[in-house]
Amino acid sequence: MFLSEGSDWDFELLARYDEAIADLAHNKYGLDTYPNQIEVISSEQMMDAYSSVGMPVGYNHWSFGKQFVEVEGRYRRGHMGLAYEIVINSDPCIAYLMEENNITMQALVIAHASYGHNSFFKNNYLFKTWTDASSIIDYLVFARNYIADCEQRHGVKAVEETLDSCHALMNYGVDRYKRPSPISAVEEKRRQREREASLQKQISELWRTFPQLQPAVQLREEPPNFPAEPQENLLYFLEKNAPLLAPWQREIIRIVRKMAQYFYPQRQTKVMNEGWACLWHYTLLNDLYDQGKVTDGFMLEFLQNHSQVIYQPPFTAPFYSGMNPYALGFNMFQDIRRICENPDDEDREWFPDIAGSDWLSTVKFAMESFKDESFIQQFLSPRLIRYFKFFQIADDDRNDYVEVGAIHNEQGYRKVRDALAEQYNLSIQEPNIQVVNANVHGDRTLTLRHQRNSGRPLDENSAREVLRHLHRLWKFEVRLESVEHGSVLNEFSMPPPTVIS
Amino acid sequence: MSYIIDRRLNDKRKSTVNRQRFLRRYRSHIRDAVNDAVSRRSIKDMEQGERISIPRKDLSEPIFHHGPGGQRSIVHPGNQEFHQGDRIRRPDGGGEGGPGEGQASDQGEGNDEFAFEIDKQEFLNFLFEDLELPNLLKRHLEGAQIFQHRHGGIVSQGMPAKINIVRSMRQASMRRRALTAATRKKIRTLKAERDALLEQDQSPQRQARLHELDEQIARLERRVERIPFLDTVDLRYNHHVKVPVPVSRAVMFCIMDVSGSMNQDMKDLAKRFFLLLYLFLERNYEHIEVVFIRHHTSAKEVNEEEFFYSRETGGTIVSSALKLTRDIIEERYPVDEWNLYAAQASDGDNWNDDSPACAKLIEDELLPKLQYFSYVEVMPRAHQALWDHYQNIMQRHPSAFSMAQIDEPGEIYPVFRELFKKRMET
Repeated sequence: MFLSEGSDWDFELLARYDEAIADLAHNKYGLDTYPNQIEVISSEQMMDAYSSVGMPVGYNHWSFGKQFVEVEGRYRRGHMGLAYEIVINSDPCIAYLMEENNITMQALVIAHASYGHNSFFKNNYLFKTWTDASSIIDYLVFARNYIADCEQRHGVKAVEETLDSCHALMNYGVDRYKRPSPISAVEEKRRQREREASLQKQISELWRTFPQLQPAVQLREEPPNFPAEPQENLLYFLEKNAPLLAPWQREIIRIVRKMAQYFYPQRQTKVMNEGWACLWHYTLLNDLYDQGKVTDGFMLEFLQNHSQVIYQPPFTAPFYSGMNPYALGFNMFQDIRRICENPDDEDREWFPDIAGSDWLSTVKFAMESFKDESFIQQFLSPRLIRYFKFFQIADDDRNDYVEVGAIHNEQGYRKVRDALAEQYNLSIQEPNIQVVNANVHGDRTLTLRHQRNSGRPLDENSAREVLRHLHRLWKFEVRLESVEHGSVLNEFSMPPPTVIS
Repeated sequence: MSYIIDRRLNDKRKSTVNRQRFLRRYRSHIRDAVNDAVSRRSIKDMEQGERISIPRKDLSEPIFHHGPGGQRSIVHPGNQEFHQGDRIRRPDGGGEGGPGEGQASDQGEGNDEFAFEIDKQEFLNFLFEDLELPNLLKRHLEGAQIFQHRHGGIVSQGMPAKINIVRSMRQASMRRRALTAATRKKIRTLKAERDALLEQDQSPQRQARLHELDEQIARLERRVERIPFLDTVDLRYNHHVKVPVPVSRAVMFCIMDVSGSMNQDMKDLAKRFFLLLYLFLERNYEHIEVVFIRHHTSAKEVNEEEFFYSRETGGTIVSSALKLTRDIIEERYPVDEWNLYAAQASDGDNWNDDSPACAKLIEDELLPKLQYFSYVEVMPRAHQALWDHYQNIMQRHPSAFSMAQIDEPGEIYPVFRELFKKRMET
């Protein structure tokens, strides 16, 4: 008995599809998900959602307006379609369906977002460690209200400038190693009030320097370096230590920092997250077909959309723009299943642990315990390297040519795999910049160090711009030195050094 | 368990605030684009939205990222002919960026210009930003125009939706007190008498009297209770009255020289100027009328089509147009009801003896009636007698008279801004 025959949808039909998919996902495959909240929205609302990084509530800032204007313009001129879905890592897990889509697409999106992404959010170790799905919506509301309140009290311009500076440093507002404590909105509000009162006190204490009143201090040897260890979380460092910030500015830094932290796992798991969701929409809808619940027409349309989503154009294609995370992720998860179910000799040699094991528990283990970099390192098989015809290019600016370092052959597999994994390693793709010194006992100069990796320099223009933002928050001189092998190769400072002749 | 929610009826314009902030931040860029558009557009489509392009580098949000150089390794799919160790000439422009490099990846084509649209209203806002109409607006009551509902006191008749509860209750309370005052006074005296009787020793006679008093008191109290708590006569209603709103209205005289010396280019310049003026006045007054006057040796009032598009030739007597303006004002536009604006465009050619007459006419007869008179000379050559005479007027009446010269379309808008820029209040 088919669930539906035509292409139109209504709410009752959506519920029936959701029920059928949920039954398979939970009972047949044992996917562990948050409860789902499926919201049907119009295309205008989808554009709104787009331009607020997919979040249902957000504070106001011009950069979101810029994004909206761009999305709106391109959509109107027909340069791009809107994404089929947006899904939010929250509890309940909110997924948006667009009203324009037909029932096939709605079913695809329900399977993809509400069961695929949803179970990823709930079970991947990064999300479990770094995000708290149950409190994020409350926190967003708190952040929006707080920032609106600041705008009332201190003016839109002042708040906007602070936010601009924070956004410039957003990628450096995450703890990579420490585990944060979960946040709840009520708790946050109470703590925020306490902080406002006490923080300023501490800061003033830190900067209180009356040398003549403290002869003991003067007699002592060089004060210890501050901070004692280099600090990777620049926003956190500024929030706690910038000398002249007002309490509300520290709170805004904190909000941006929290947002950065919340999105950090998503940036680290693009391939896995999309691959996992694609695996499940593919598996679940195929099962529906096998059960005789959907028509041939439904299936053909689904397969056409599916193959568009997971298409990987070769590097020679005019519209090639790097790896398609959907393609890589989907094929890797499918490949893991194949290795478990039908291993050949090559698989037994490369993956002795998982070849022939239970596929369901193996893909779940892979989904739960890795991020993109380690996932590729661990599970990219020679067969897939051949399938994608991967090759690695070594580009060294000391040569006037680029060299093909490895291709999809016996000697190249490991090298290609290492290189591809590295491509998804954020700590290599993003410049490594840390606070090494704040001259608390002298002129308050803040020194940052960029540790160069493989001779890759910073983009100078943007570095200067970001430094200007840093200076706006720190309010004293800020220096950035670019270091490789212990020698300083390039130096930036804000305000720029004045040349005395 | 899933919840399926229909959110389609929710607010669609969540991004409005952000969009406005974006526009405000890039105001200067947008204004440049609007200025360009004004000189580029034809007259007919002046009142439209505009596509704005901003160089992408001007609105980048900087982040730390790697620049070109160093040793990099990139993996691409789709190998066809490469073997390990092949060397390939580096493609122009260095590395075209692997994933995680800058923001290029998600933004697709056309990265040099950030283009978006603003609508007609926004276009006009930017066009006339910081401009104002000189001199005060006269407001006048006009028949059959806009009405406003104002609070008009409290009335005793109305519809239930407009009941004023506080006033109604107060009314009821007053009525109850007034209607029961006499009865309650009686009750008080009877009670006093009864209390006095109760103090004294009992006797059959007094018992009878007491009984009688009790009965009377009970009867009177029943009467008090019978007074209704709230009666229809108590009800009070908020009243609203329609008040006609004074509207400001203006009339604009467009005076153009169509003599033989004005060629098509000059006329086109003049037209653009009038059009800007019209759009601007239209934004400032709820009601605006335009009078088109063209002249060579004699002046004539014409309609818009004829004014802008018909051709004439002949000599030039400017004062004829000014006289016609004066006559039309006297005939149709009482000075105390209308805001009067006049704009004259000419190539400056005039019959020699006429220029002093023009100056006199403007100064003595027109300026006292007009809010503002502006004169643009659309001619790249040296000025003639008319310009000199007008200059004298401007010196004597700087707040009501202005003049400027326009040589090419690009200058119209700057000149326009100059003529109507916000002035400090004196």
